[in-house]
Amino acid sequence: MEARIRARVNLALTFFALLFFVAGSSPPRQFVISNAERRIDLSSHIINVHLTLKVENAGTRPASEVVLALTPTEVDHLAMVDASAIKGKRKKTTSLRLEVKPTELPDAPPIDTKYFTIYLANPLNSGESTTLEVLYVFTHFLEPFPAEIAQSESQLVFYHDTALILSSYHIKQQTTFIKTPSTKVESFIRMEPTNRVGTEIKYGPYEDRPPYSISPIHVHFENNSPFAVVEELVQEIEISHWGNIQVTEHYKLIHAGARHKGVFSRVDYQSRQSSNGASSFRYLLARLPPRVHSVYYRDEIGNISSSHLRTDSLKSELQIEPRYPLFGGWKATFVIGYGLPLQDFLFESSDDKRYLNFTFGCPLIGMVVDKLTIKVVLPEGSTDPSPVVPFPVEHHLEAKYSSLDVVGRTVVVLEKKNFVPMHNSHFQVYYSFKPIFMLAESLMLASAFFMLFVACVAYIHIDLSIRK
Amino acid sequence: MATMPASASDLLKSFKLKTKQQELLIRVSILCLVYILAFITRLFSVLRYESMIHEFDPYFNYRTTLYLTENGFYDFWNWFDYESWYPLGRIVGGTLYPGLMVTAVLIYRILRFLRFAVHIREVCVLTAPFFASNTTLVAYFFGKEIWDSGAGLVAAILIAVCPGYISRSVAGSYDNEGVAIFALLFTFYVFVKAVNTGSLAWSLASAFGYFYMVSAWGGYVFIINLIPLYVLVLLITGRYSMRLYVAYNCMYILGMLLAMQIRFVGFQHVQSGEHMAAMGVFFLMQVFYFLDWVKHMLSDTKLFQAFLRITVTSAVAVGGIALGLGMVSGYISPWTGRFYSLLDPTYAKDHIPIIASVSEHQPTAWSSFMFDFHILLFLFPAGLYFCFKRLSDATIFIVMYGLTSMYFAGVMVRLILVATPAVCLISAIAVSTTVKNLTVLLRSKNKVVQTGSTKGSGGSKSSSKALLDQSQPFQKNGAIALLFGAFYLLSRYATHCTWVTSEAYSSPSIVLAARGAHGNRVIFDDYREAYFWLRQNTPQDAKVMSWWDYGYQITAMGNRTVIVDNNTWNNTHIATVGRAMSSYEDEAIEIIRSLDVDYVLVVFGGVTGYSSDDINKFLWMVRIGGGVFPVIKEPDYLVNGEYRVDKGAAPKMLNCLMYKLCYYRFGEMMTEYGKPPGYDRARGVEIGNKDVKLEHLEEAFTTSNWIVRIYRVKPANNRWWLNRYKFG
Repeated sequence: MEARIRARVNLALTFFALLFFVAGSSPPRQFVISNAERRIDLSSHIINVHLTLKVENAGTRPASEVVLALTPTEVDHLAMVDASAIKGKRKKTTSLRLEVKPTELPDAPPIDTKYFTIYLANPLNSGESTTLEVLYVFTHFLEPFPAEIAQSESQLVFYHDTALILSSYHIKQQTTFIKTPSTKVESFIRMEPTNRVGTEIKYGPYEDRPPYSISPIHVHFENNSPFAVVEELVQEIEISHWGNIQVTEHYKLIHAGARHKGVFSRVDYQSRQSSNGASSFRYLLARLPPRVHSVYYRDEIGNISSSHLRTDSLKSELQIEPRYPLFGGWKATFVIGYGLPLQDFLFESSDDKRYLNFTFGCPLIGMVVDKLTIKVVLPEGSTDPSPVVPFPVEHHLEAKYSSLDVVGRTVVVLEKKNFVPMHNSHFQVYYSFKPIFMLAESLMLASAFFMLFVACVAYIHIDLSIRK
Repeated sequence: MATMPASASDLLKSFKLKTKQQELLIRVSILCLVYILAFITRLFSVLRYESMIHEFDPYFNYRTTLYLTENGFYDFWNWFDYESWYPLGRIVGGTLYPGLMVTAVLIYRILRFLRFAVHIREVCVLTAPFFASNTTLVAYFFGKEIWDSGAGLVAAILIAVCPGYISRSVAGSYDNEGVAIFALLFTFYVFVKAVNTGSLAWSLASAFGYFYMVSAWGGYVFIINLIPLYVLVLLITGRYSMRLYVAYNCMYILGMLLAMQIRFVGFQHVQSGEHMAAMGVFFLMQVFYFLDWVKHMLSDTKLFQAFLRITVTSAVAVGGIALGLGMVSGYISPWTGRFYSLLDPTYAKDHIPIIASVSEHQPTAWSSFMFDFHILLFLFPAGLYFCFKRLSDATIFIVMYGLTSMYFAGVMVRLILVATPAVCLISAIAVSTTVKNLTVLLRSKNKVVQTGSTKGSGGSKSSSKALLDQSQPFQKNGAIALLFGAFYLLSRYATHCTWVTSEAYSSPSIVLAARGAHGNRVIFDDYREAYFWLRQNTPQDAKVMSWWDYGYQITAMGNRTVIVDNNTWNNTHIATVGRAMSSYEDEAIEIIRSLDVDYVLVVFGGVTGYSSDDINKFLWMVRIGGGVFPVIKEPDYLVNGEYRVDKGAAPKMLNCLMYKLCYYRFGEMMTEYGKPPGYDRARGVEIGNKDVKLEHLEEAFTTSNWIVRIYRVKPANNRWWLNRYKFG
């Protein structure tokens, strides 16, 4: 179904592209791409597209905004777009990260093309050229076909794209490389010159293609890498000023590949590992910060005993095994929890505030997280929290009642959709806290016991009988 | 204390405790330690495994407690559970004893109110140890009431570690018995207190204790029969008093009214045969009171004798006629099967296989008495001797409680639990009295003058002291030896209890642990693997058929609808499942389809050597199935009266559904080195039918150690388009 829609969109694109040529209205098209190279990595279910563009200012005025074009389906599956400018020649290249923002082009052709604008650090003068590197990360983009497979079959997927790079600029020369995980490629659409060597399919070079020219292709190939997707991850980071940070992570995991069909045979799975359940997975690896302690791994019905923790001074690795191997469409939910020393993550800032510096991300390696929620539970009595995150997230505040809480703790909730490992970066939460609040709970306990003893003493000394 | 001490030595003197205060301090600290000990000795399973619910029934209790916490009491009370007994359903609020759940939720709410962020599961896991601790306190007071505070202390210590009680109250065994033993002992204690004092307040308390017991456990029937029996014995032995009248009447009337508030009991309390004894004794009490009054009024003894004869005869006649009429008209229901099987141990075996099939309903073996009571078994008769020596209303009660509960403990294994408090109390009397007598003997030499002034508890004792005082000096050595002997026995008891608790009663039975080849611990977590698979990877409305043992666990952990479960209220439904399991596949599929089953779950221990699996339970399925459907005949599955699964097995056995589901593709499996493929380790034989073909079912999931196997029911051929919608 999706494929059909995509094909229709592609058709529409071509049609409108042609129409647009006839109409000949001009968008702010100052740039010409003299050389474009695209490398598409299909080895896992997270698709990385590296696009190297050599951009030349063919207009008359200096310009600093380069526009990238994507189809709506691509935008729906886009987890991340990142651009950087390459300076220098050969080995002395340095890259400079550039700002990328989604934009609307009002006078663009009347099609659903979505745009992202790269803001160059320095405007490009007329006639000058620069090299840009763009990284797109797509998730849920490979379409399993057949959609349901039996235990002994391996997983085949479709990748749809266009052999020509969709662009609003004229491209003088372009090449596309598609890397498949293995040499087992069922079929792919050729568009001469096309060449397949080993695990790589090369489309191009194509010369002088006008803007918005596309040519739909698909690749049908075997991909048995684990299609592990965390549908929802709620990570709760609870700060205690007594020296501990408690992290609790609730996972909803699903195998998002081709659905498992029919029988699951344990005999076959145990005795013929290689040919059985090739697309299924059993183990997951979580990379946790060093000096992690009290790690647990459980689910709604109790502890899961199959996990191993390896620690060294730089990192801790937790290998976990869900209760059962995950086949296509199977789900598993579980909780990982661990404690961390406070001094590694909590610092005092110059303006008398404290801040938590923690990794924004999913510790499980190679996971796509559809919805990531991070809850930072600040100690009771902390005020004006403010999160600092390197990319746009939704955030709001909540209250939580933990042990011996009277007014409740402030919780900073950060939400991010469609999260990929490339997003992993640090974020900070700043807040003010008076140290006197640390004593509140212990004083409360002490006074409660004091009251109890006073009551006991009083009870012993008071005669409650009504008889005299 | 009021005057200011003049110097430091005076100050020190003022802090020095008097003997009485010292004694109080020691007693309170011993009680505190016992309280803690009773709690922590039950935590073996939490430390060794995890904080989890054990066994089968506790999972139902846990599930209902969760429901209660989430939906509140009124929803709980009116809860109709669609997930069990499909397609019948179960009126949960009306068919359970809510005491346990309400207690747990109450504790949970209190802790939450005190700002302790606990999970309801932790509360449930620790409810039983907590109540065990409370039971030790009650045992102390009870012992104090019937004998003296020394006996009370010993009773508290004995009951804190007694395996007979620990077996049902370790952390995680979240079952009715956990709180019920506390309620039982509390009711008895308060009732005895009421009889001793004649106080309306205490008998009111006993009515409430009884109410709590009724709300917690079906074993309340024991109370409502033992107390009338006790009253009857007191009446017969001429110990009728106003105290007894007040205590019993208040307790019975209020207790009855309160008990009827529990929906599961309701009008049974006045209508069913099991409760009639209490009512009869109640009326008898009134007759006694009336006679007493008449006797008081009439001065002529001869006239009274005649009156007595007429009244008693007519009272008995009226009672008999009323009972007979009630029985005939069906107003008074006859005794239930369980009650019968208590009075006649062979009854269940012949008539109700479903009761007989449960291992804890079997008659008790001597070894398990020894296992659960250890030295108490020898101390019990000694304690009875002491009780008879000092007969009072209270000791008569404990003697009757001990004797009746010992009888019941002999009939059913699980009723050892009920006998445990009585055995502990009576043994405590023996221990306490012996040790006291011996120490008195030891001290008497030095304090000859004081012996006379020490508080003698009875005339017989002081005379024995006087006797001992005149005896030879080496009797002192004998006393020392005996004391050491007693302490040795008691320390053996403590070791035995700890060992039993740790080895026998602390495994959750849902997680199995075994020793690996290198001495390391291997964990088989297959049950939870399967239940979690069901929970995650089957449609929300899937119906699972399994033998009834696993019903509660599937609903609680798998969150799926089951056909039958451990609340064995409908024998026919269970028999239908038993019939399906013991039929050929194409006959079974008809039953399975008629029950709208989507998945069939069996437990199989052939790979791991786990012996309590469905193949070993299979004969009970045949018996229960055959009890309702005579087409199933037990001899068809046996060869010369022998149950076997190898080549020599009966043909019907080799082709019935249960056999096929357990051994499907097992013939290809190498289980043990040096044995042929398809070697069943639980039964130690090579299976007889290695080529199992399934036509209407397909393997959906098998756990990593093969303990649980789940099969999917294939949609019927001619209706494939209907079922496509169902399976999505």
